[in-house]
Amino acid sequence: MSLNIIHIIYLFASVTFILGLKMLSNPKTARNGNILAAVGMVAAILATIFLHEGEVNTIIYGLIFGAIALGTIVGWLTAKRVQMTKMPELVSLFNGMGGACAALIGLVEFHHNLDNSTNIAIILAGMIIGSVSFSGSIIAWAKLNGTLRNAIRLPKYNILNTIILIGLVVYSVFIVWSGTHSEAHLYGLFTAAIIYGILFVIPIGGADMPVVISLLNSFTGLAAAFGGFLYGNQVMLTGGILVGSAGTLLTLVMCEAMNRPLFNVIFGAFGDGDTAQSVGGASQGTVKEVGPSDLAVQMNYSNKILIVPGYGLAVAQAQHVIKELEQLLEERGVEVAYAIHPVAGRMPGHMNVLLAESNVDYDKLKEMEDVNPEFSQTDLVLVVGANDVVNPAAKTDPTSPIYGMPILEVENAKHVVVNKRSMNAGYAGIQNELFFRDKTNMLFGDAKKVLTELVNELKALD
Amino acid sequence: MNEIIEFFTQNKDMIFIVVLMVFVGVEVIGKVPAVLHTPLMSGANAIHGVVVVGAIIVMLNSEPTNYVAMILGFIAVFLGTLNVVGGFVVTDRMLEMFKKKK
Repeated sequence: MSLNIIHIIYLFASVTFILGLKMLSNPKTARNGNILAAVGMVAAILATIFLHEGEVNTIIYGLIFGAIALGTIVGWLTAKRVQMTKMPELVSLFNGMGGACAALIGLVEFHHNLDNSTNIAIILAGMIIGSVSFSGSIIAWAKLNGTLRNAIRLPKYNILNTIILIGLVVYSVFIVWSGTHSEAHLYGLFTAAIIYGILFVIPIGGADMPVVISLLNSFTGLAAAFGGFLYGNQVMLTGGILVGSAGTLLTLVMCEAMNRPLFNVIFGAFGDGDTAQSVGGASQGTVKEVGPSDLAVQMNYSNKILIVPGYGLAVAQAQHVIKELEQLLEERGVEVAYAIHPVAGRMPGHMNVLLAESNVDYDKLKEMEDVNPEFSQTDLVLVVGANDVVNPAAKTDPTSPIYGMPILEVENAKHVVVNKRSMNAGYAGIQNELFFRDKTNMLFGDAKKVLTELVNELKALD
Repeated sequence: MNEIIEFFTQNKDMIFIVVLMVFVGVEVIGKVPAVLHTPLMSGANAIHGVVVVGAIIVMLNSEPTNYVAMILGFIAVFLGTLNVVGGFVVTDRMLEMFKKKK
């Protein structure tokens, strides 16, 4: 009898996953969608524990609840305490935990399925994908939080990685085919998969990490689905495949937003600073500086100002000051809006989240396609901590590594003011000729500090 | 060839689920605004935490004396829960910010 109920609950959970994901793709319903999927998840987990058929030792129940309690506390506290700027790497970390979970399932289940070669194949596939997702996510996490700043490339890394990948497949086929019970082989394969995950992500530049995380996200989904196949467990299967398929599409959509084919992300060079020397010399010249007091006056007499926020704003935690600036300007009758590049920050949509945190009105955040025609009617553009997304080289210089990436066409505005800490190149490691143009003024300094000065100057104007 | 057909026949229900879910996944995500890419990725990240169900089944099916299974299972349930709880909570925090608009 209990078996019937469990399947109904699993069906319910699967439906909540689908509806939840659907609702997550609309700003109005997104939050409820997330909660709906969470409710389904809790139902599925509880059903799995309490509607299990057969005798289970109470010690095991104790261990399961202990692990769940521990995971809930740690997960909850970490997620609640993390600063919004650190969010992308946290998502990567959680993704890695899911991958590790799938890998561990494989390590244990191997011994329970020794006589069934189909199951062994499924177990090994889930374990390999889970392991790659785990170690890859950890590397992505380290790259995003700055522990691993540079892309590390072994000689001929593309060929090396391909050989290891083929090796993994051949090794797995061997284990299935030979019917070996050897633990050494199992752990050998596990280790090889972990190493592959590291080598897979480590050559990829930091700017491409969002795409990599999204890809690894769909890997973990796939690993979960293999687990579902093994147990004939529908909820794991639906949840896993859903994320695997939606995640793959999301990865491609992100690549499209940056105009970079997935193949180039994985095999190409970008965002690693290698190109800084070669391209850097091309557009030298003098830059003009502007101080906060002059800029305050200039802003005061503008009719329309667009703010282009970038990761520098997030790093400096300047999102609250910029909101204050926006309010002050609006009080003076200046029209202010934000121009958001699809990949501003470290992840698509990351900047929107940061600005929403400081109560910036959702309607003031304009997407690239909508805002680009507006620059020509704009008196002043304030670029805060963004660089590559406003680099005209993406449109004009076919030799530039970012050529073809859609950019915010700030050079069409009457005046451009760029706030940067120094003249260092951006994340893609290339120089920006925009900074040397006649209509461009540089406002050097930490975003929060400089913007606070600017706000004070504006207040002093009254 | 016979083995493939046999495999398909034995697992036909699951194979149907897989194929249909691939299309559902693609349909569900279609035309999502760039603004929501990060929350969506994070939400999907939480959903694949369903792998924790597998980890729970591992423990339910193991003998308490099988220490390797107990230890690995315990870690797996812990990590899976971390994925689920952390994933949903961090997504909610992201989306909470959007809610504040009037």
